[in-house]
Amino acid sequence: MIRQARAAARNALRTGVILFVFALVATALLVFTFSRTESTIERSEQAEKLTLLGQVLPPALYDNDLLASQQGVAPHELLGTRQPSAMWIARRGEAITAVVLEAIAPDGYSGNIHLLIGIGIDGTVTGVRVTAHRETPGLGDYIVRSKSLWIEQFAGTSLTRPEARRWKVAKDGGQFDARAGATITPRAVVKAVHGALHYFARNRAALLAEKAASGEETAP
Amino acid sequence: MTLQEFNTIFQNGLSKQNAGLVQLLGLCPLLAISTTLVNALSLGLATMLVMASASGAVSSVRHFVPHEIRIPVFVLIIAALVTVIDLLMNAFVHPLYLVLGIFIPLITTNCIVLARADAFASKNRPLHSVVDAIAMGLGLTMVLVVLGGMRELAGQGTLLSGIDLVFGEESKQFVLHVLPDYQGFLLAILPPGAFIALGLLIAAHNWQKARAERRLHAATPMPA
Repeated sequence: MIRQARAAARNALRTGVILFVFALVATALLVFTFSRTESTIERSEQAEKLTLLGQVLPPALYDNDLLASQQGVAPHELLGTRQPSAMWIARRGEAITAVVLEAIAPDGYSGNIHLLIGIGIDGTVTGVRVTAHRETPGLGDYIVRSKSLWIEQFAGTSLTRPEARRWKVAKDGGQFDARAGATITPRAVVKAVHGALHYFARNRAALLAEKAASGEETAP
Repeated sequence: MTLQEFNTIFQNGLSKQNAGLVQLLGLCPLLAISTTLVNALSLGLATMLVMASASGAVSSVRHFVPHEIRIPVFVLIIAALVTVIDLLMNAFVHPLYLVLGIFIPLITTNCIVLARADAFASKNRPLHSVVDAIAMGLGLTMVLVVLGGMRELAGQGTLLSGIDLVFGEESKQFVLHVLPDYQGFLLAILPPGAFIALGLLIAAHNWQKARAERRLHAATPMPA
């Protein structure tokens, strides 16, 4: 009896130790790979971010280091964010010419659509790009620039152009077109861009004042 | 490893025990990703790579793993390998990672990887296990590619769309607009289209198998 129990206990211990060793080896492997790839991954992510920022801002608008201009923005309903997001400030010479905001369209067809929205100092959209989404491939994913030119129609829009009631997809009587069968996705993007413009209009002074306080800005 | 063993393993993987058509394993990625040919091919090859390394690893340590805890250990090995491949791809082939990125972690949950580790690699030598994993992966990739091609053609009227995401902007010219001015067919792209297309493929596979058997029966009982 006792011998049996002892054998069982020994067996359990042995099994546990083996499992532990495997977990240890796997963890060590992951730590090693992670530490070896971390800096490379960070570099390619920075480069990718810079490319994306370059796509929502015309090159003529800025001559500063965009990545260095990054600052935090508190979560806000109009941006669709629940966590602090990032904002980049474009300058030409000393003057601020545009900002790039991160926004989330929470009401896409499947999950959040993450957007990067460039807004000129006068409140005009300079460009919009989708950075992450889970819309149906081949159907709702035409909002991505690599699949179609759809997202380009936001450039040049503002709160007054078109007026508020036309800030919708064509199907809802607005000015932004959408493909038949996939209206939910563009509807969410249009709403999110409109929201971000409102956010910028309301918080413009505060967003840009921070910079004035740091003593770098002259009048725009 | 003899040539005959090699042939048997490959026949099993490609046809007799095909993961997609016969064992019906790993259907989740099969149905979710096969919306276009390029997506299907990319995921198929990534799965094959993971299967080959997982089977090789499992087979090499098979004598040290007690029977009762083999499944957790195999899952641990597979998950660790997938994460390593995920990190390596993110670091060194970043453009490709951006396309495949979301599918790679999904491979961990693909039961075909665990199934081959348990059913084959835990009982066979490393070389055999790796060959088996490659054969199974190839079989799955073939099904994925046919399925992706069917759905892309029916759904969008194109073939190879999205190839520029893998091979760069210049390769865009290879996209075949088979049906110009095609309006698109929603059903083919949505999940039900995947089930219908897979059903058709399985039916075709079974029909071809049944015909081959009938021929065999018709040919053998011929007295001289």
